[in-house]
Amino acid sequence: MKKNIVSFPYLIWMIIFTVFPLLLVLFFSFTEGNVQKISELRFTLDNFKRFMQPNYINVLGRSAALALVSTIICLILGYPMAMILANMEEKKRKFLVLLFIVPMWMNFLLRTYAWMTLLGKQGLINRFLEFLGLPTLNLLYNNGAVILGMVYNFLPFMVLPIYTVLSKIDKSIIEAAEDLGSNRVTVFRKIIFPLSIPGVVSGITMVFMPAVSTFVISRLLGGNRYMLIGNLIEQQFLTVYDWHFGSAISIIMMIMILIAMAFMEKFDKDKEGGRIW
Amino acid sequence: MVEKWIKRFYAFLLYLFLYAPIIVLIVYSFNSSKSRGKWEGFTLKWYVELFKDRQIMEALYYTVLVAFLASIIATIIGTLAAIGIHDAGPVKKKLLLNLNYLPVLNPDIVTGVALMSLYIFVGKQMGLVTMLLSHITFNVPYVVLSVLPKLKQLNKHLAEAAMDLGATPFYAFRKVVLPEIMPGIVSGALIAFTMSIDDFVISFFTTGSGVQNLSIKIFSMARRGLNPKINALSTLMFLTVLILLLIINRKSSLEIKGKDDVA
Repeated sequence: MKKNIVSFPYLIWMIIFTVFPLLLVLFFSFTEGNVQKISELRFTLDNFKRFMQPNYINVLGRSAALALVSTIICLILGYPMAMILANMEEKKRKFLVLLFIVPMWMNFLLRTYAWMTLLGKQGLINRFLEFLGLPTLNLLYNNGAVILGMVYNFLPFMVLPIYTVLSKIDKSIIEAAEDLGSNRVTVFRKIIFPLSIPGVVSGITMVFMPAVSTFVISRLLGGNRYMLIGNLIEQQFLTVYDWHFGSAISIIMMIMILIAMAFMEKFDKDKEGGRIW
Repeated sequence: MVEKWIKRFYAFLLYLFLYAPIIVLIVYSFNSSKSRGKWEGFTLKWYVELFKDRQIMEALYYTVLVAFLASIIATIIGTLAAIGIHDAGPVKKKLLLNLNYLPVLNPDIVTGVALMSLYIFVGKQMGLVTMLLSHITFNVPYVVLSVLPKLKQLNKHLAEAAMDLGATPFYAFRKVVLPEIMPGIVSGALIAFTMSIDDFVISFFTTGSGVQNLSIKIFSMARRGLNPKINALSTLMFLTVLILLLIINRKSSLEIKGKDDVA
């Protein structure tokens, strides 16, 4: 009896502050009118229709493309790193993994801001080019800078789950394969990679999701010219005050993420992905 | 041999990539020139200016206040929730756990926008209170997730034994269960605290006029361009995080050691 009551505050809290607000976003996305007067709200599909205009669809496409490119770069850079970490001797490994996590704990905005310092017109990289007598480059405020910011901020999210899965692989399986005459490429292709797929799947999800929904990186490193879907949502809620359209965009983004996650789940049949939380 | 060096070189490059921007920020926080790239001598003036800036100090105050209150309240709610979830039947357990994953898996911007919609809908003026409520909301699941494993490890007969020996349920909880799950509660509270200190997106959507935390302040400063005060702030925050992380790491390695001693 008593035990059921203790989780009651939690249940109430979650319903008021998690479930209800999400339903509210869904509700706003299908209505128009003054959000504070519920009786005046009318059902409409206009918010979604409006999103189908080319300029909004382009923003969606660019967000998906940039997030996808960043995710692929994270995977290519991160997988070898996870392998190196997983094959390291115990003592060094713990320290190096910690070293990999530390930047992740630093304020996200400061990490992004740091790249403004490096890439700017007066930044270190351009100063260095000047010093070498080379022409300076426009490194900031373009797609490349946004991708760089995404890779920099989310790379640990790719490395850690893959590392977790790789370090759990039973070494005797690999030895058995080697005893049976496999070379290293075959061992990787037939054993290590298939066994690491759950880690790869959660890595991809954990990089893609924040990358596709970010508005900070695109704002600070992409400038005002390059809008992503996150910036669009932010703009609707905080500048234009069109909460209905903002809600509709949020719903579309969530659907996109859900589709991406469902697609990834297909590869992870055992569902033992090494999420870091 | 060659392979070993390639591996080392690759790891070195990635660590360089991760740390170079932070190191540059730290070095430049001591640079007396305001313009980037040129080194014009060592100075501490940005630190002095940082502490003189009333808005930044106010933002720091709000950040710590919200993180402190939110992590305490979230720890209480989350610990109780974990106990309830642990003892619940299979169906209810699954439901509650899925509910718990909702804010963890949702993109921050959706959580922020959803909470903002709630406050607008009920006509609540946004400010310190709404920011605090939002922080509690995203902190609770992490507390639940760090207390639950400790409950699973707990021998449930211990509390029963205590009650057989005449302890009231509350006394048995306080003297038997609580000390056992304490490490989970403490690390849950620490995670909640750091999540709260670090949060930008959700705070950005759920705060009102005049109330800014450090992240929001940094964002509005960075949006206007470079500012050496941010470098000084970064250096201090990086050191704080480093120290906190070392404490947590030391604590968990001591725990592992303790377990080894028993075994």
